[in-house]
Amino acid sequence: MDWKYLPIFPESASNFSPHIDALYAYLVTVSAFFSILIAVVIVVFAFKYRRKSDSEIPVPLNEHGAGSMLLEITWSVIPLLLSLVMFGWGAMIFFDESKPPADAMDIWVVGKQWMWKIQHLEGAREINELHIPVNRNIRLTLTSEDVIHDFYVPAFRTKTDVVPGKYTTEWFRPTKVGEYHLFCAEYCGTKHSGMIGTIYVMNANDYDAWLSSGGTVGSMSEKGEALFQQLGCVTCHQSDGKGRCPKLVGLYGTNVELKGGATVVADASYIRESIVNPLTKIVNGYDGIMPTFQGLVTEDQIQQLIEYVKSIGPKSAAAAAGAQAGTPKNNPGAAANPARGTRP
Amino acid sequence: MLTATRAPERPSSYLTDGYGLKSWLLTSDHKRIAILYLISITFFFFIGGIFAALIRLELATPAGDLLESDVYNKMFTMHGIVMIFFFLIPSIPATLGNFLIPEMIGAKDLAFPRINLLSWYIYVFGGIFVVYVLLTGGVDTGWTFYTPFSTSYSNTKVMAAAVGIFIAGFSSILTGLNFIVTIHRMRAPGLSWFRLPLFVWAHYATSMIQILGTPVVAVTILLVAMERGLHIGIFDPALGGDPVLFQHLFWFYSHPAVYIMILPSMGVISEIISTFTRRRPFGYTFIAFSSVAIAVFGFLVWGHHLFVSSQSVYAGMVFSILSYVVAIPSAIKVFNWTATMYKGSVELSTPMLYAIGFIGLFTIGGLTGLFLACLGMDVHLTDTYFVVAHFHYVMVGGAIMGYLAGLHFWWPKMTGRMYPVLWSKIAGVIIFLGFNLTFFPQFILGFLGMPRRYHVYPPEFQVYNVLSSAGATVLGLGYLIPFIYFMWSLKYGKPAGPNPWGATGLEWQIPSPPPTENFEVTPVVTVEAYEYHAQEVVEVG
Repeated sequence: MDWKYLPIFPESASNFSPHIDALYAYLVTVSAFFSILIAVVIVVFAFKYRRKSDSEIPVPLNEHGAGSMLLEITWSVIPLLLSLVMFGWGAMIFFDESKPPADAMDIWVVGKQWMWKIQHLEGAREINELHIPVNRNIRLTLTSEDVIHDFYVPAFRTKTDVVPGKYTTEWFRPTKVGEYHLFCAEYCGTKHSGMIGTIYVMNANDYDAWLSSGGTVGSMSEKGEALFQQLGCVTCHQSDGKGRCPKLVGLYGTNVELKGGATVVADASYIRESIVNPLTKIVNGYDGIMPTFQGLVTEDQIQQLIEYVKSIGPKSAAAAAGAQAGTPKNNPGAAANPARGTRP
Repeated sequence: MLTATRAPERPSSYLTDGYGLKSWLLTSDHKRIAILYLISITFFFFIGGIFAALIRLELATPAGDLLESDVYNKMFTMHGIVMIFFFLIPSIPATLGNFLIPEMIGAKDLAFPRINLLSWYIYVFGGIFVVYVLLTGGVDTGWTFYTPFSTSYSNTKVMAAAVGIFIAGFSSILTGLNFIVTIHRMRAPGLSWFRLPLFVWAHYATSMIQILGTPVVAVTILLVAMERGLHIGIFDPALGGDPVLFQHLFWFYSHPAVYIMILPSMGVISEIISTFTRRRPFGYTFIAFSSVAIAVFGFLVWGHHLFVSSQSVYAGMVFSILSYVVAIPSAIKVFNWTATMYKGSVELSTPMLYAIGFIGLFTIGGLTGLFLACLGMDVHLTDTYFVVAHFHYVMVGGAIMGYLAGLHFWWPKMTGRMYPVLWSKIAGVIIFLGFNLTFFPQFILGFLGMPRRYHVYPPEFQVYNVLSSAGATVLGLGYLIPFIYFMWSLKYGKPAGPNPWGATGLEWQIPSPPPTENFEVTPVVTVEAYEYHAQEVVEVG
């Protein structure tokens, strides 16, 4: 045990950290001011107005004994205004956290009891470790194979629930080279406290060296393409559009018209849903003939398939996806209603 | 006014009106039912306390060296379930509320005395399920029962625990219903709404939450049971459900449930501050309506538990701002209590010390709630020890301090005996210090990033954890002292007399302990509440 070590602030290593710490300082200041104010006033009153004799009856403050509209309004409005500053400040940071920048580097994460599985686009895979370059925007897309987990990096001051059956996102820009804790913050069963890992923030050169050192075979999209053949997807989803199912070339990030007239953006969540529950959203002009692949492909493989579909999408698919960050999947009119951490 | 004389053939108090187990187990006297509740919740408080002690003992070192992970997970789950559903929710309403509401409004009993007894039996029946769960291996889902872990993954006694909570919920609903009808229909002549003690206002607001919120958690538990037992897909995505839906339903009850725990304490504090300053509470109507405002707005903030759960950004913003709105009525209460002391006649009696302790701890608990209502801040703090510290400041520092304050205030009324004053003050100071030593370091731990529900943790968090465990030892001892001197006082305590504190409420105008029918003649109320200047009221008794 290190008795000399009583830190007050955690390490600060992302673009969000200084903002959160400043907001924290504001909250602590306001809280300390009111706590001390109340404590001092109570102690002063308790001694100054202590009962002098058993028969003492205090003089009434006014006609009805007590009350003052002016005071009530004062001590309602001042705290309300201070609170609104907290609300606005917190909401601004939150809004930033929910909007990954278009140039963010994508990394895929799967949580399962009790480990983190990570895939880089280049094909490198890690367990309970995440290597990333410093000063680059990083966007994680996360899902779970079983229960809800939560990807929490205290040094980056950010976390997101990792929910089975959907994608959530989390982005940050690490600002300091070093090693940082990764915790699962949502209780997930027996070894919840063992579902931890390390984030390695590296210089660009070190990161490139690390990427090429692993002996990785094939990028995520190449693996996805192999799966696309192997699972027989290619027999129906033909690249010339003549198959029994919609063609996937040029699809990613575009609007898809569904049977019944609704449209949906062909994003990662839509593609995942189409693999797992193909009959939920049927493309206009096609029949609902696709079988479900739930249980036949793992979450990691679904992510590879998505990267493959992205790779055969329009040239600007990645950029377009970034610009549409957070658009809900089945509600094209509500682009102004992003869900925090829900993937484009 | 009222006199203490009565026909000689009547027993002198509710305690002597019949002896033997049967006279207690078949009673419909609200005062005896309150005592039954007092005994049952004290039992569960010590059970929950043992779990807390084991948790803090384990966390004294970073390694998992005392308990297995599964056992540790069951400890914090059972601690939460027992303390919340079987201690805190019934604590003040079912004991002090049950005992005092009829007396405060000049009634002979609650509106439905037998339903009152039924609600105790339902509570005990629910409690039996929980004891069964304890004895047969426990449950490990956390008291929050998040899906799909609780429905599809946990191999522990989820169903039995859920059934116990489901059953106990009906006890809570019936108590709330009884209070609402009683307060509406059974007030003494002249006792208008704005002459009611603030304790009654607080319980009225609490009862509203109990009858409106509890059915929702009952339905939620049924849905969990349907998915777990019958594999009907509601929450588990593998069965076509949505796990986040559970969180919405759960917190729709469980956030207002926090106000079920804290509002009655606020009522207690209003009574005590008034009595020991000999002053009508400053801003009586504001305190009364702030209770109602908390009950209403409390239903609109559940989404602040879901800021990182993939809820929409704009929903998050709405829930954030509403959470700030609900904080204002609490601030109003704190300021008004403080202002009541201004130019009052302040006596630092034991109940007053506990009440001041409540204000201090509740203020910190409330202010740290502002951190968690703040969207960007909450992303960092949620699911860490900061949250654990925050809700313990509200629910232990607030609700339990308020409960103890009330127990010390009305113990002479309930038993007719005084407890030793010096010991009770020493215990109050020990509890206050022990509490802060236990939970203040957890705020820092949380901001440093230590997640909650961690059996094993990185060694750099140890110093704060050791401080917290040391504080828990002090706190645990602090809670034992009142238990001992309260028991002692039953036999050896000095007779208290009808009104030992010189308070104004109707309950202080009848003997201690009160006779079964409370009032021989229904009182007629001619003065405002807390009229310390109308001499004839103070002199009665």
